[in-house]
Amino acid sequence: MTEQSLPAPSLTVADRPPAEAPTAASPAPLSPQRVIPLRHPGRWIATAVVLVLVAQFAHGLITNPFYQWGRFQYWFARPVILQGLLITLEVAALSAVLGLVGGIVLALARQSKNPILRAVSWTYIWLFRSVPLIVVLLVLYNFSALYKTLSLGVPFGPGFVHFNESALATDLVVATVGLSLNEAAYAAEVVRAGILSVDQGQHEAAAALGLPKVYQFRRIVLPQALRAIVPAYVNQLIGLIKGTSLVFYVSLLDLFGEVQNMGSTYPGDVVPLLLVATVWYVILTSVVSVVQFYVERHYSRGALRTVPPTPLQKLRASLRQLREHADFGRTVNS
Amino acid sequence: MSGTTTLATTAATPAAAVEVHGAHKWYGSNRVLDGVDLTVQPGQVAVILGPSGSGKSTLLRAINHLEQLDVGHVSVNGELIGVRRHGERLKELGERAILAQRAGIGFVFQGFNLFPHLTALENVAAAPVATGRATKEEARATALDLLARVGLADKADAYPRQLSGGQQQRVAIARALAQKPGLILFDEPTSALDPELVGEVLAVIKDLAGSGTTLIVVTHEIGFAREVADLVVFLDGGHVLEQGTPAEVLDNPQHPRTREFLSKVL
Repeated sequence: MTEQSLPAPSLTVADRPPAEAPTAASPAPLSPQRVIPLRHPGRWIATAVVLVLVAQFAHGLITNPFYQWGRFQYWFARPVILQGLLITLEVAALSAVLGLVGGIVLALARQSKNPILRAVSWTYIWLFRSVPLIVVLLVLYNFSALYKTLSLGVPFGPGFVHFNESALATDLVVATVGLSLNEAAYAAEVVRAGILSVDQGQHEAAAALGLPKVYQFRRIVLPQALRAIVPAYVNQLIGLIKGTSLVFYVSLLDLFGEVQNMGSTYPGDVVPLLLVATVWYVILTSVVSVVQFYVERHYSRGALRTVPPTPLQKLRASLRQLREHADFGRTVNS
Repeated sequence: MSGTTTLATTAATPAAAVEVHGAHKWYGSNRVLDGVDLTVQPGQVAVILGPSGSGKSTLLRAINHLEQLDVGHVSVNGELIGVRRHGERLKELGERAILAQRAGIGFVFQGFNLFPHLTALENVAAAPVATGRATKEEARATALDLLARVGLADKADAYPRQLSGGQQQRVAIARALAQKPGLILFDEPTSALDPELVGEVLAVIKDLAGSGTTLIVVTHEIGFAREVADLVVFLDGGHVLEQGTPAEVLDNPQHPRTREFLSKVL
């Protein structure tokens, strides 16, 4: 194929930034050809500097005997550590779900027309955002000393159902309840922000169609609000996962608790044990971040003209582009 | 005319499609509606004209109780909207009852207000299913028919943001039609559109005129009013200044304010 018979330049060429165009100056008509991209020497220098620093850090991490990577390997998947990890997962998952449900209820109460509901919701959020989590946990832990039994009934009147508080309040329950109470206060504000982000016209359209109130919230408002809620709530969730390490103080042996325990039994292994906990927390956070990407992608349906590609799709697309580019270059230069 | 006699006549005579009686509405100290009376017969097309701030939108939104009147009442097919009669007084209805009434009245917004997370088809099919008027399959079939009727059969699976303004408004009209309403209210349906796209939306509304459905359209499209309207209502400062056939109001306006307005719009 000769240059003259080439089709009009395709998008791959057109969307490159135009180089200092000589078109205006040169009188000879240009045939379509590849534009040479602008070089960025500064970027290459910065990359080199960063790579050297990263390599130095990695070198230190691997060769410094202080980290005791052998012991790290020994501890990493010990049953006792995995047991703790399971507790961490349990507490975090339960509190995340209960906290979100509580948060939705609080957010709705906060926006209700009933002033009492609004005031209660506001006070709850104010209180639990003010009191440190560790205090909440310790108060709950000592709850059975304050209230021997819990009963459902008329205030100041007779009770109908009685619970023995100390039987009900296992360490796991105390930890989960404490974290959920705390989480709900923060989740409430995240959810409220999400609801506020939905256009007023959406509420109006839903009302004008006569959609039932629950349907309006569940199918119209919430799915749109979730676009704003998900990133903020995942932030909250990651804080929660690491926050579970506080349950050690209510004698629940989670991941961090087991590490602490083993650390006091084997004082020489404190550093590798801390690294074990760190790496597990990093893994949990990473998994949550990946899930976040796909959840966000799901809720971006309709909000974007095109849904963002998954990493796999991105890889495939760039490979395809490289290939097309090479093909185009070959045809032009032949 | 006292409130009592009005209520009595509403019950006795064959019901008008829409009757508005002595509608007053204040926003704080700002009087938006100042005693509006309006009657639209079944199957008629009424066009409401007026400068901005004249209370057109508020009046329209009061008809399906998106706005609550401070004084006065609205009835559709003889049924009071948003309130019930309690002896000599009117009491506000519960949320559920109001939603049920609205389901029988279509409303088309200036800004379309399609649900962006649902496809065109889902937008149209959602309400009949949610209000228990149709099964999923029925609603889907009806929705496809309606989309075809507004010329968008090929856009059923598109999300609103992938459609042009005119297409979105046509989907919104199909969404209003899905509830098989006897009355459809249009709040400046073409004001947010490019001039080129106005025609396609007006064409759809023209198609509805004469189909037996009562239409009330707030608009600035005088040509549309002249061609399609049975009743033209000119609103200014919360009053009905003039109403009548297009020939009466548009070609031979009696009130100087109407003349002044028309001279600017035409």
